[in-house]
Amino acid sequence: MIESRIPSLEASAFTWLLGHADDNMVLAQRLGDWISRGPELEEDIALGNIALDHLGVARALYALAGTVEGRGRGEDDLAMFRTEREYRNLLLVEQPNGDFAHTMVRQFLFDAYQLQLWEDLSTADDRELAGIAGRALKEARYHFRHSSGWVIRLGDGTEESSRRVQTALDSLWRYTDEMFHDDTAGYRVAWDLEVMSVLAEAGLTIPEDPYQRPGGRQGLHSEHLGFLLAEMQWMQRSYPGLKW
Amino acid sequence: MDAAFLPGSEMVIGTALLDVERAREAVNQVVDPEIPVLTIAELGILRDIIVESGKVTVTITPTYSGCPALHQIEDDIRSGLLEAGFDQIVIMTTHHPAWTTDWMGPEARDKLIAFGIAPPSSSDAVLCPRCDASGPRVVSRFGSTACKALMVCGGCGEPFDWFKEF
Repeated sequence: MIESRIPSLEASAFTWLLGHADDNMVLAQRLGDWISRGPELEEDIALGNIALDHLGVARALYALAGTVEGRGRGEDDLAMFRTEREYRNLLLVEQPNGDFAHTMVRQFLFDAYQLQLWEDLSTADDRELAGIAGRALKEARYHFRHSSGWVIRLGDGTEESSRRVQTALDSLWRYTDEMFHDDTAGYRVAWDLEVMSVLAEAGLTIPEDPYQRPGGRQGLHSEHLGFLLAEMQWMQRSYPGLKW
Repeated sequence: MDAAFLPGSEMVIGTALLDVERAREAVNQVVDPEIPVLTIAELGILRDIIVESGKVTVTITPTYSGCPALHQIEDDIRSGLLEAGFDQIVIMTTHHPAWTTDWMGPEARDKLIAFGIAPPSSSDAVLCPRCDASGPRVVSRFGSTACKALMVCGGCGEPFDWFKEF
């Protein structure tokens, strides 16, 4: 049932679900770092809310992955007891927060991707997956409105804000191809349209350097993920099964 | 022995009915911890209650992916049922169909207004829960909980929460 919706033939349903769960888990951790450090109170709340949505999507997908795997592993086992090489998230989401413009560009590129993904999967044959996607789609639209609004405001803002958001785009663009490496559903075309219209309005340009770096979906991560996982997992690793 | 004379044979159906009613009554008391004027039934979170030979299975649908109240709600369902005398309790979560604010009835909407929260509607149709003025200004699209946004009324000048249409 789930298998029939998976773009890549070589990936099992379990690995595929894990990849998307990991995307949301890792991004939730990154965004959580902003709490109490947001540029203003409303933005602090927004980043915390978005982080929670991603965490919730991750939990639902981990639970589903655990069921598909059928070895009795639950969401906590999958989140806390897999190593860096076993994590299958996109390189984009593990990139450090940088400044606010950097965080918003990362969010914007990823939101635009999740819009396509959840829209497609909200009609998946598997009812549970379709339900998770249907809800995540509404949230992704809300997140996208927020992140694209900031990209436009910063890009079309002052010289300083425009420089910062362009620097962020230049540095993060190399992680965008990876989102579409198993793209059989045509997400790329819709993503390009969505992203390019916002960038045009923001007065930003995509880098000319065609260099792209993949690897996250194969477990080949940048040096940043290990630190994030160490911080996130240390308590469960030190005291396995510890409950709040 | 004639089946009709088996002690308690007629009682089975009666007890089962009583059990379901008792379970329903216990679960219907559970309110949302963030919006304590609404029960989980009124919010549309509660989907099903089944009682089979003393075992209660409650099915719920989470609202927002990131709603942190879900754990509290599960705990409250469990403790309510324990208090009602059930000791075999299973709480199941289903994501299909996805939760929507359309599942909130008119009564729930009135309760929200009385509590000072504007009920779900499209953002341009929101009325101030205090003075009914239209056209409030959105202060923050993200509010005190995942389901709410922060607005300010142009009429009375009071800030208020709006339960986002979802």
